[in-house]
Amino acid sequence: MSLCLQARQLACERDDRWLFEGLDLDIQSGEIVRIEGPNGSGKTTLLKILSGQLTDYRGELYWNGEPMRQTREHFLANLLYLGHAPGVKAGLSPLENLAWYQALSGEEGSESAREAALAGVGLSGFEDIPAGQLSAGQQRRVALARLTLTQRALWVLDEPFTAIDRQGVAALEAQLVAHAQSGGCVIVTTHHALTESPVLRRIQLG
Amino acid sequence: MQRSHAQLSTSAVAMHAPQGGLLVAIKATLKRDLTLMLRRRGEVLNPLVFFALVITLFPIGISPDPELLSAIAPGLLWVAALLAALLSLDSLFRSDYDDGSLEQLLLAPQPLAALGLAKVSVHWLLTGLPLALMAPLLGIMLSLPAGSYAVLAISLALGTASLSLIGAIGAALTVGLARGGVLLSLLVLPLYIPVLIFGAGAVQAAIFGEGIAAHLAILGALLALALMLAPWAIAASLRISING
Amino acid sequence: MWAFINKLRSPKWFYAISAKLQPLFWVAATLLLGVGTVWGLAFAPEDYQQGNSFRIIYVHVPAAFLAQSIFVSMAVSGLVFMVWKIKVADMAATVMAPLGAAMTFVALFSGAVWGVPTWGTWWMWDARLTSMLILLFLYLGVIALRGAFSSRDSGSRAASVLAMVGVINIPIIKYSVDWWYTLHQPATFTITGRAAMTMDMWAPLLMMVVGFYCFFIALTLTRTRSEILRREANKRWVRELAEEAN
Repeated sequence: MSLCLQARQLACERDDRWLFEGLDLDIQSGEIVRIEGPNGSGKTTLLKILSGQLTDYRGELYWNGEPMRQTREHFLANLLYLGHAPGVKAGLSPLENLAWYQALSGEEGSESAREAALAGVGLSGFEDIPAGQLSAGQQRRVALARLTLTQRALWVLDEPFTAIDRQGVAALEAQLVAHAQSGGCVIVTTHHALTESPVLRRIQLG
Repeated sequence: MQRSHAQLSTSAVAMHAPQGGLLVAIKATLKRDLTLMLRRRGEVLNPLVFFALVITLFPIGISPDPELLSAIAPGLLWVAALLAALLSLDSLFRSDYDDGSLEQLLLAPQPLAALGLAKVSVHWLLTGLPLALMAPLLGIMLSLPAGSYAVLAISLALGTASLSLIGAIGAALTVGLARGGVLLSLLVLPLYIPVLIFGAGAVQAAIFGEGIAAHLAILGALLALALMLAPWAIAASLRISING
Repeated sequence: MWAFINKLRSPKWFYAISAKLQPLFWVAATLLLGVGTVWGLAFAPEDYQQGNSFRIIYVHVPAAFLAQSIFVSMAVSGLVFMVWKIKVADMAATVMAPLGAAMTFVALFSGAVWGVPTWGTWWMWDARLTSMLILLFLYLGVIALRGAFSSRDSGSRAASVLAMVGVINIPIIKYSVDWWYTLHQPATFTITGRAAMTMDMWAPLLMMVVGFYCFFIALTLTRTRSEILRREANKRWVRELAEEAN
């Protein structure tokens, strides 16, 4: 059995304005789903709902067939969410940042695995520099290192290509495709074209 | 049931059952916040300097008369320490909110209340406790009568723990607001009053040679209550704030 | 129970039912307050120690009761809003907060006026007045927090949490202030601790208290109704209502 995230009649009202209504989604293993829509159409809000941050919605969410409210812990254990802000502490080195994220999911992890993950995003040599001294793109890469470091089936990524250079974009896109092909699942918002993705599905909002 | 998800998975990306590890997460959060605070020494020192400054203002504003000062010293020390602890509260969740790590904290497969409590513990360890240790020194400058110094430090150490917990609720409620600092004081100060009454009362009682056990017991009870209830309120408030 | 909660979910239902209820409470409030005021101020006997100045209790005591009760009902509304997501409960909590703050202010002001003949000063740190003052700050905090959010939904939820935190603290604050006051004991007279009252002093007081509560319920209903119209202005049933009125 593979993962599956379903939404039934999902609706979100923000201050008496419906961002979206009657949204039905079936997201399965092997898919890359791109949420599209103009600014203010509720893309980020939808991602926050699908990643379990916002609970103020109408309709039902199901994770592997069970209502989200009952299986939230199992869902969170399989989720990796990267938001607008990279979530990288300026006062900590990339290694320390990653160590905290690993520990949050309940495992100590190993220093060598973290170093390998940082090397994977092209940050070898920057492991011990305070993240505040890195460029915006490098900080984003520290966050992206979590994709390889923590094995999670469902990736929810809000504008992950922000501040990443062209080579990085290609590598990240390849990584998303590889994740989907090996049975994972990606939900993403981006202005980037995602030309290399054979399995791309689009969901239009607004 | 949940294990079977993982076993039946035909794909390379396996599903995980929640693996617990709350202690690992708490330990890492304590270490992270301590490291961050100790790298920004100023933030640790500022409340202490503020405390000393406010205490300096009173003899200048009122009178240098030692008798008068010693009469009002318990209250002054407590009020000034309370304000100093308040001063540092706004930054408790602020930087985590700004750089996005608060979202990640909320999405950790761990109880948010426990992680919030870890952050509050660090706050107390680096503001409340140093304030309590510094207070006797300032007590000397206000001619605090002998015999009440230890009680001053103990009551402050106990009391500031409650203040950190209650204040964290206010900090969590206002972290999403651009200028939440003044509002935070408005929300939190009325709730501080019981702690102030029994904290300053303990020092007064020690000066008058009365029993202090009751005061300290009540301070302990307030702390126990805050420990039980505040983490849930902090967690709920953080979830509200993150949705802005 | 569940059917009732589900009905409450619909502001339209509440709007209809409150239309029937509110005249009842307005009439009751007017009668009770009218009779109570005349009886209390003109016919009730003088207090043997305080003379006529004791008559301020006919305003002070009901206002003080109400000030505390409104905070509790505000917190309960907040809880109902958070648990069952009933919007009407939040609208009620929204309109209750300024009303509660106003009542607290009335209690404080009447206490200060009473203080002039009794203590010879406008303000004494009397236990009850001090608790009232802190309560006023709690109200102001809830109102300010609600107003500080740009998203009304978040503001509502934050205010609900703060009201609940406050309601847990109110008894603690009250107890500790009472304890603090007995320790220092600056005044001989306290605003509530006076000699036993006779029946004809009690009766108008009871009337005033019940009258104040009716007034609170009536005003909350009326103001919640206008809050419903304001927030649901885009909904079809409100537009139809407006068309009918035209």
